[in-house]
Amino acid sequence: MKLRLLSFWTALLIFLSHASIVHAAPISERFVVDGVVIDLVETRTLPIIDLILSFDAGSRRDPPQQEGLASLTQALLFGGTTAREEQSLAEAIADLALQHSGAVDQDRSILRWRFLADAPIRDAALSLIAEIVATPAFPEPIVVREKNRAIAALQESLTRPEVVAERTLWSRLYPDHPYGRLPTAESLAPLTREALIAFHRRHYTRATLSIAIVGPLSRAEAEALVRPIIAALPEGIPLPPPSPPLSAPSSAPPSPIYLPHPSTQTHWLVALPLIRRDDPDYFPLLVGNWIFGGGSFSSRLVQAVREAHGLAYSVYSQLEPLADPGPWTIRFQTRGHQAETARAIVLETLTRFLSEGPSEEELRLAQTALADGWGLRLDSNRKIADWLAIVNFYRLPPDWLNRYPEAVRATTAEAIRNLFQQRIDLSALTWIAVGGNDDPR
Amino acid sequence: MRRSLFSWFLFPLILSLPLPAPAFQLPQIETARLANGMEVIVVADHRAPSVVHMIWYDAGSVDEPSGKSGLAHLFEHMMFKGTPSVPAGELSRRVAALGGRDNAFTSRDYTAYFQQIPPAALLEVMRLEADRMTNLQFDITAFRKELAVVQEERKLRTDDFPKSLAYETLLATALIAHPARNPVIGWPTDLEALTLDDLVDWYRRWYAPNNARLIIVGDVDPTAVLHAAEAIFGSIPPNPAVPPVAARSRYEDPPQRGMRHATIRAAVELPTLFFAWKVPPLRDPDRDRQAAALIALAALLDGFEGARLPRALIKTRRLAIAVSAEVDLIGRAPGLFLVEAQAAPGVSLESLAEAILSEITAIAEGGTRPDELERVLRHYTAQQIYQRDSLMGEAMRIGMARAANLPADTDARLLALLKTISPADVQEAASRWFSRDTLTRVDLLPLSASRTATGALP
Repeated sequence: MKLRLLSFWTALLIFLSHASIVHAAPISERFVVDGVVIDLVETRTLPIIDLILSFDAGSRRDPPQQEGLASLTQALLFGGTTAREEQSLAEAIADLALQHSGAVDQDRSILRWRFLADAPIRDAALSLIAEIVATPAFPEPIVVREKNRAIAALQESLTRPEVVAERTLWSRLYPDHPYGRLPTAESLAPLTREALIAFHRRHYTRATLSIAIVGPLSRAEAEALVRPIIAALPEGIPLPPPSPPLSAPSSAPPSPIYLPHPSTQTHWLVALPLIRRDDPDYFPLLVGNWIFGGGSFSSRLVQAVREAHGLAYSVYSQLEPLADPGPWTIRFQTRGHQAETARAIVLETLTRFLSEGPSEEELRLAQTALADGWGLRLDSNRKIADWLAIVNFYRLPPDWLNRYPEAVRATTAEAIRNLFQQRIDLSALTWIAVGGNDDPR
Repeated sequence: MRRSLFSWFLFPLILSLPLPAPAFQLPQIETARLANGMEVIVVADHRAPSVVHMIWYDAGSVDEPSGKSGLAHLFEHMMFKGTPSVPAGELSRRVAALGGRDNAFTSRDYTAYFQQIPPAALLEVMRLEADRMTNLQFDITAFRKELAVVQEERKLRTDDFPKSLAYETLLATALIAHPARNPVIGWPTDLEALTLDDLVDWYRRWYAPNNARLIIVGDVDPTAVLHAAEAIFGSIPPNPAVPPVAARSRYEDPPQRGMRHATIRAAVELPTLFFAWKVPPLRDPDRDRQAAALIALAALLDGFEGARLPRALIKTRRLAIAVSAEVDLIGRAPGLFLVEAQAAPGVSLESLAEAILSEITAIAEGGTRPDELERVLRHYTAQQIYQRDSLMGEAMRIGMARAANLPADTDARLLALLKTISPADVQEAASRWFSRDTLTRVDLLPLSASRTATGALP
């Protein structure tokens, strides 16, 4: 391209014409097909389809003493179907250039798929996906192989200080709740093919499935698209809540839990159970968390721990909302000999934030960053699909993505201060410190 | 003129699935150079009201003087420490106030700074980058704190992360003279010795428009962006002392005359094996058939869940719980073909090593079938469309290619070349580059040698 010289002001005028654009999130719509709730974002910009299946088959559904069953069941979906064995299934997936990834969290078994939107390819992809989720064969030798891999990977992960900290957190925060039950070698070892078949039969049904779709599809096309999956699944029954609702947090032990590890850094994890996905105070808590430690360089935590004292590379807090109240967490790592100094600074920063709340200036910055930044966080089909799947599974209002910016702007400093004071009780925080035993100084 | 990508992809399906190729245009990449030597690359993509704005400097860890490893990366951190008009920390605050996010990253070949912002904020972030290209302030207190932060970063990502330690040793063992042997984060002993003067020198040496590249992808008008770039960056004088990238690119290490074998002991339960072979890097994406054949070979070994390595090592023989093969060909450095495998409990690294070598030998001796090759390469075609979903990804691909002195559209050219690779090309690659005498091997082992045997499962 030939570059002509133009004055700076002319360039500025060209840009100002963009300035009035409102960063609207994509419009989604919700409908029901044979009892399955579907959220769709129609976007015609790329010839690709992102499809996310969420089953109510997360780890909270693991039967007692069978922790790890939910994860293993999902892994075995790719171990072969009643129609084809493992290798030809892998080849069929590759032949369609069908991308997939899976995850099992506390609430959901999530299966993400991406494929080309061309009719013959998408039809073939959909019938293959239906076959994978509805007719897994769970061959005995592959069950044993994957179980042994899972045990080996688990034992390997226990050498990581951040994993030890994370597991300690869940078991301490949720002692009487399914969120607090974690897979161990002992819970994985007895799992049988029959247990997987039974789990699949109960937890992979129309009654447990929610679907999010992003792609160049009208509502009618989207309905037709997912019918093969829905038709392949049994009707099933909606599952009861896995446990009584979490009671108010009991007081945590007054002193931190210290666990040894031969690392040079101490990994700190500070948490309490705080927030459900449908919490009416989600937005003020989100904005308050952004100001306190939400990942930005401007947060109070980064300013105190990293910028003022150079104590850590990474320090942040985040909300981890779930069906039952998920945790609010603070994470940071620092050289072992600095562990207590850093802890004192984090505690002081939090204490001060709770007492004074955010300033008006901090609030304005956070609101702009989150509300105007929302469009950027939804700038790809993949990102839209991941958020849409949350709206879909947790039955948030169908226009939740669109209302996010206005909900952020509606928060006030006073509401944030009051909420943090009411809901973040310093004496209820659990402090966990793993490692730092090999700090040479 | 761009051809449809679909004809090749659909070839094997065409008998059962006749269909028209959909109209899909790769985005146009506009390139210009300002009078002061600064390169400007713009891709208009109007899918979302979002712009990725990046400045890449051709200054990475390969440009560091001996004994100063980690300098490029520590300097990247210092770029947030302020100028006379934008105090320390203010840049990130302003970007957040514009509804954007910002960060930076350093690699072997480059250091890059980026903001993702709404389109109306573009001029403002361009001015912020122009400001810190010339007006950065240096402060000894800020330097000491940031050095401590980087030392924490090294502990987090390398010293306490056994796989990173092993990979660091693999590079430092496979390469003996090329500066790509040094970790980007820096050796701890080098980091400790860096001074504020080193950082000032680094800034004066490399941070100039003729060593910088502006890459903008997103909801913009390319003509307007080029004019704005001229208005904002055009008056910054070039530094004639900066040698061109081509003059400081080396693609060879002295010949290796025998296998190199190192071990790392760390807090792991299962041993992991790392293999590296030096291979020719990509120099010309239209003609480097050797490089394309190596990419195809890596895909044959690990291109999908049923590819040769996972099938043999994890599924059939159950020697490993994880395995990967990849080839790193883009950069100002020798190419590397890498294989990594984590042993299943009770399996020795010797049997794992033999199993990996025998899979490569099988291709060298027995070749591959056209349908197998076609299957493992198919996702590259779809990937050309899938990857258009991410503005950041597009900017990264362009930036990495240009930092290696390759064309901005290297990935599209490489795909066209990949389509011409035959089973014979792959067989030739497998028999040519994988001698035991040119292998570098690192064993990552548990701290206590006696623990591996007890981990065996029934």
